[in-house]
Amino acid sequence: MAGKDDKSRGEFLAESEDILEDLGQHLTRMDEMTESGEVDPDVVNAIFRGVHSLKGLSGMFGFEGISQLSHQLESLLDALRLGKLPISHEMTSVIFAALDRLKILSEDISRGGAERSDYADISSMIEDALSKGHGLDSKDLTDEIEIDAQILKVLTEYEEHRLRENVKAKHSILLVKARFDLASFDKDLTSLNDRLKVMGEIISTLPTTGTGPEAGIEFNILVGTKESVEKFISELSGPDVVVSVIKYKAVQKKAEPESKTVRSLSRTIRVDISRLDRIMNIVGELVLSKNVITRLSKDLRAVQGFQGLAIDLYKASRGLERKLSELQEGVIEARMVPVGQIFTRLSQAVRKYSSEVGKDIRMEMFGEDTELDKLVIEEISDPLMHLIRNAIDHGIEPPEERARRGKPPRGKIRLDAYPKGNRVAISVEDDGGGIDPERVWRKAVEKGLAEPSETLTRREMLDLIFLPGFSTKEEVSEVSGRGVGMDVVKRNVAKLSGIIDIDTEIGRGTNITITLPITLAIIKGLMVESGGEKFAMPLSAVSETLMLEPEKVNSVERREVITLRGETLPLLRLDEVFRFPKKEDQEFIYVVVAGLAERRIGFVVDRLLGQQEVVIKSLGEKLKDLPGIAGATELGDNEVVLVLDLESLINESTKKRQMR
Amino acid sequence: MSYSVLIVEDSRAMRGLIRATVEQMPGFSTFEAANGFDALKNLPARKYDLIITDINMPDINGLELISFVKGHPDYKDIPLIIVSTERSDEDMERGLKLGASGYIIKPFKGNELQELVKEVLG
Repeated sequence: MAGKDDKSRGEFLAESEDILEDLGQHLTRMDEMTESGEVDPDVVNAIFRGVHSLKGLSGMFGFEGISQLSHQLESLLDALRLGKLPISHEMTSVIFAALDRLKILSEDISRGGAERSDYADISSMIEDALSKGHGLDSKDLTDEIEIDAQILKVLTEYEEHRLRENVKAKHSILLVKARFDLASFDKDLTSLNDRLKVMGEIISTLPTTGTGPEAGIEFNILVGTKESVEKFISELSGPDVVVSVIKYKAVQKKAEPESKTVRSLSRTIRVDISRLDRIMNIVGELVLSKNVITRLSKDLRAVQGFQGLAIDLYKASRGLERKLSELQEGVIEARMVPVGQIFTRLSQAVRKYSSEVGKDIRMEMFGEDTELDKLVIEEISDPLMHLIRNAIDHGIEPPEERARRGKPPRGKIRLDAYPKGNRVAISVEDDGGGIDPERVWRKAVEKGLAEPSETLTRREMLDLIFLPGFSTKEEVSEVSGRGVGMDVVKRNVAKLSGIIDIDTEIGRGTNITITLPITLAIIKGLMVESGGEKFAMPLSAVSETLMLEPEKVNSVERREVITLRGETLPLLRLDEVFRFPKKEDQEFIYVVVAGLAERRIGFVVDRLLGQQEVVIKSLGEKLKDLPGIAGATELGDNEVVLVLDLESLINESTKKRQMR
Repeated sequence: MSYSVLIVEDSRAMRGLIRATVEQMPGFSTFEAANGFDALKNLPARKYDLIITDINMPDINGLELISFVKGHPDYKDIPLIIVSTERSDEDMERGLKLGASGYIIKPFKGNELQELVKEVLG
């Protein structure tokens, strides 16, 4: 929402400094009270509120580190204030450590830089502490005390917990009704609160409209106290203050269940991925149902006399939306496994192959903790193996050649996984001979895969290695004999809606990066319109969208292109692909830049309609091979929209080019 | 059309962000309250078209404020938007039950809040 310009940085820093200062003081008090064994819940709650504010603030200002760390710390404090975790010195020292790190992170920012400092150690301390927590007491309070349900409704989760704690300790629960003049109620209430705090705990302060002729303002203050009720009433009651007692109901004690169990210590279960798939499908269907409800609530709002109902429906749909996205995240999370699982398998294979081909290779691995959908991981392991075999086979030179080039005799392959926005990138990098684009081109011409008369850019030459039947190595080696071909890699990566990028330098090495969506189950779709029809494009394959004047389109070899940051981007007009009538006199054209595997293309559409979550459904047997269409999806209003198959569209357009 | 919006939020910087976002929309003017107390004192000052409130505030919190506004004959028609984080999920739902019209979760984008404001004001 706010940029990281100097002004907003300054505002953020000023306030976070105040918050951190307050937090430090409160925490010192909490620590002292831990010593004496009686911790004032107000102090814990004040610390929670401070961390909560800091988290909201840093999130809004886009400071990721502080936002993440304070988010975790907030969870810990929430557990402490709600009694899910006992307050101890151990806890306060974790919080002290976290506060220190938050200060360091904000110092990073104030020095004008990014949040450089690491906080992974503190994060795991907090996670450890949190794992010791237990659930919340959810007994119905109205079973235990005779309290007005209206009052219970206004309590926050925390206030409700405090009331429970007071009930559990058998403290007297009092309702103090105070009426004040509108002009001075803040002073009057503060002084009343000060007196109340000496005698007990203020659980909630609920303002209500005053009744009677001199309509002031009334407060219903819920108090828990150990003191005798008589003392309380006699000290407080007056013309404007009425104290009433909330009575306990007679309860029948139930026998505590025996806690001797033979439960297992393990906290993991194994689940067949197809079960998770099924749940994911249901979530997908629910997302569609939710879209219907949201749509209905909008329609209903326009109907005279139904506004109230429309708001209710809207609230319900918002609630549903939030819970659904939590459910979806939960299922996706359950499907996630660390990339490290395949890294280990790959490194074993590397050891075996490198000794087979007589090359000494060191394997480096980074980002093993990065998580991906189990299915995506399984699907990507073969392409990765291909890339690594290629690096061993064609990339890393034999030891004597390395020596001649002044490189260490031992070759290096580096596997790296890291999150990249809502995708994950996995790169395979070698310090071998690199790929010579000219040589690739000559080879392709020899094999009849490229026209000798054509002039290609460096990138286009490199792209030729993805054509079926391409291999630059003269002799077929043992390893290549197992079907290593970049076309296979490309096909598999494209199947996962991934993008593949080559970066190479002759004599220095090659880096091939595969960028993948985190999960395939539910996709975000970019909704576009062409020739009056709506289409969905998988957002994970879209890198950007552009709005251009039609004059910016050039023609190269009878093909429409635009220049994007110095590189030529071929265009494909969707209306031409599907033979829709062409829209004339457009002031602007919209270009969706999408890439699958090594090839990027700009799709020209009439309009961009926004993003939406879509579940791809197959078109059934009869229509399953429709070119350019991956499937269909249903939008909230029973509208069926086709999902474009970017891979086949891009391939189709590439083929056309080769035929010319 | 002109609208007066009361922003109740104990964080100064957050108040500033919300104010800037709301005032980007033509016809909107904003008034600020640093906590629930402040809001109670500000309510009689003018006719507000919308209240945007945080939940976690000392003394009088967001839920107590919503309950007061919705129970008051002069204010009960003022729509309220809750601004909070996913941590206060439970409390947010309680807020909607008490009569708030919508909510938005921090961190949010400026246009999301603007959309919500427009939607709530119908």
